[in-house]
Amino acid sequence: MTHMLAAFDWHQLLHILTEPDNIPIVLMMLLIPYFLWYGFREAAAHDRLIAQLEADPALAKTHHRKPYPYHPAWDKTLHTWPYLLRVEFLAAIIVTAFLVLWAVWLDAPLEEPANPNLTMNPSKAPWYFLGLQELLVYFDPWIAGVILPHVVLGGLMAIPYIDTNPLGNGYYTWRQRKFAISGYMFGFLVLWVLLAIIGTFIRGPGWMWFWPGETWDPHRQVHEVNRHLHEVVGVTGWVNIALFGGVATLGILGALHLLADVVIRRKMPVLFRQQNFLQYMITLNLLAMMLFVPLKILLKLGLNIKYVWVTPWFNV
Amino acid sequence: MAPKDDIDPASLKALLSKEKETREKLTKKWIPNFFETPFWRSIFRHKIDDTPRNRSLAVLSNVFLHLQPAKLNRDAVRYAFCWGMGGITFYLFIILTFTGVALMFYYHPTKADAFRDILFLKNDVPFGNFLRNMHRWAAHAMIITTWLHQMRVFMTGSYKPPREFNWNIGVILLLVTMLLSFTGYLLPDDQLGFWAVTVGTNMARATPVLGHEGPGIELVELLGGKITAYNDVRFALLGGSIVDANALLRAYIWHCVALPILGATFMIVHFWRIRKDGSLSGPAPVMLAAEAGQAKGRR
Repeated sequence: MTHMLAAFDWHQLLHILTEPDNIPIVLMMLLIPYFLWYGFREAAAHDRLIAQLEADPALAKTHHRKPYPYHPAWDKTLHTWPYLLRVEFLAAIIVTAFLVLWAVWLDAPLEEPANPNLTMNPSKAPWYFLGLQELLVYFDPWIAGVILPHVVLGGLMAIPYIDTNPLGNGYYTWRQRKFAISGYMFGFLVLWVLLAIIGTFIRGPGWMWFWPGETWDPHRQVHEVNRHLHEVVGVTGWVNIALFGGVATLGILGALHLLADVVIRRKMPVLFRQQNFLQYMITLNLLAMMLFVPLKILLKLGLNIKYVWVTPWFNV
Repeated sequence: MAPKDDIDPASLKALLSKEKETREKLTKKWIPNFFETPFWRSIFRHKIDDTPRNRSLAVLSNVFLHLQPAKLNRDAVRYAFCWGMGGITFYLFIILTFTGVALMFYYHPTKADAFRDILFLKNDVPFGNFLRNMHRWAAHAMIITTWLHQMRVFMTGSYKPPREFNWNIGVILLLVTMLLSFTGYLLPDDQLGFWAVTVGTNMARATPVLGHEGPGIELVELLGGKITAYNDVRFALLGGSIVDANALLRAYIWHCVALPILGATFMIVHFWRIRKDGSLSGPAPVMLAAEAGQAKGRR
């Protein structure tokens, strides 16, 4: 234990955390948990009210249906001037003061002039794209850099059209939207934010994995041999390999579809009944892809399996 | 003669009121109430006394404020519901526009000048370093507030009917925000920006069919074409096969002209649709599952 503590490179950790361009992601790592707690606390308050009203239909007829203070004599509406404008004015002052202090305290980074002959190690995209850069470890660039970002955008845009649940429109709730909220949070917190955090703080020179406290040694040797799934199974000949990979990839995706299908039918019969066939298929597809990404990550990190599907033209 | 210290209160009162009357007369004549001058009234048409009518008119008759409704749900100003992240994002965009325009006065998007301009800003321009810092940190903050805004909109189910389309506009704005930040990254022309953009645009090499290292280029060859590093999608992004002078110019034009116009256009739609779709979604009264069943039966 003492040995481990002695080996813990505080200086390295501090250096990464206080890198000027990393300050925003450190800030975000504080803000996201705070707002998650804040949102879920509101959701809990609404859920308690929902439970109370469901148990007491007479109360539900007369209740104002918000967990906030209420008096029948109060006006239902307020004037924007001054009640909203003063809040906005205050917010603008706080944001300005915060930014001025930040700008006085910390200088924007400026490295040496651009030099194509001197590669930065590690060379990293800005922190908000590091989730995608981290995906490059697990997928070829055409998937990580082109297909997946488009799937993310398309999936986000599809949300309002596939979420047919009429409940929870305009108020925080967990009880009424467990599936939607857990799906979104998995995508946002795990597949986007967590991967960006790994890309920022864990990936060092050569994009190698360094635990917090490990020294970023650019000369570190890693004796890992990437394997592919067909090598593990022992398939040979490129035609066989390509066919095997195709079956394996489609099989895994199909199994994930099936898993999502069974879970939705069993656990969320209301959701299942509300969606039409097209909406349901899009939901299953997006879920299968969202599960395929972490599965692929686990295959690589846990078993050093790089590709599931190898062909002469592309790899998955 | 000793000073008189016992003034008759009645005469003092009369004296004071006479004084006040004279003063008011003079003020009216020489210094009219500013808020009643034709000049002020030509700018703000409504009166200034605090009445519900004037409170509404203050918002409705002002081009900047009429973005908002004259009245709003009394619970909508609760911080617990709307964290203000959308508004702060817009405010940061305004800060970025102002600081960005100021920075443009000192910046040439050329390989010979760009890096030196940043050094000049840092070391010689009065408040130049502060200006650059402010622009940089506001840009990073805008990314965070955009994400948090989306999280809030999701958690409150505010993308549900009738706001589906506005959610999509929001997704586009999220993308534009990140692209704005990314294109700005290259402009100092330093190692950080250069390698970040090299890494970022290298992914475009692998675009299926349209990138020279992507899968499916054989399909193009079958049709008699050929995708190379000099005609693929990455070439279009960079204006060349490497990150060089043309890439700097392209990043500059995307960053300072094209993307802000695009973003501002979508922002107009975003804000307009907020109003058209019924303003802020809540806090709405909770709906019970049983009632949703009834609603479904009617449909």
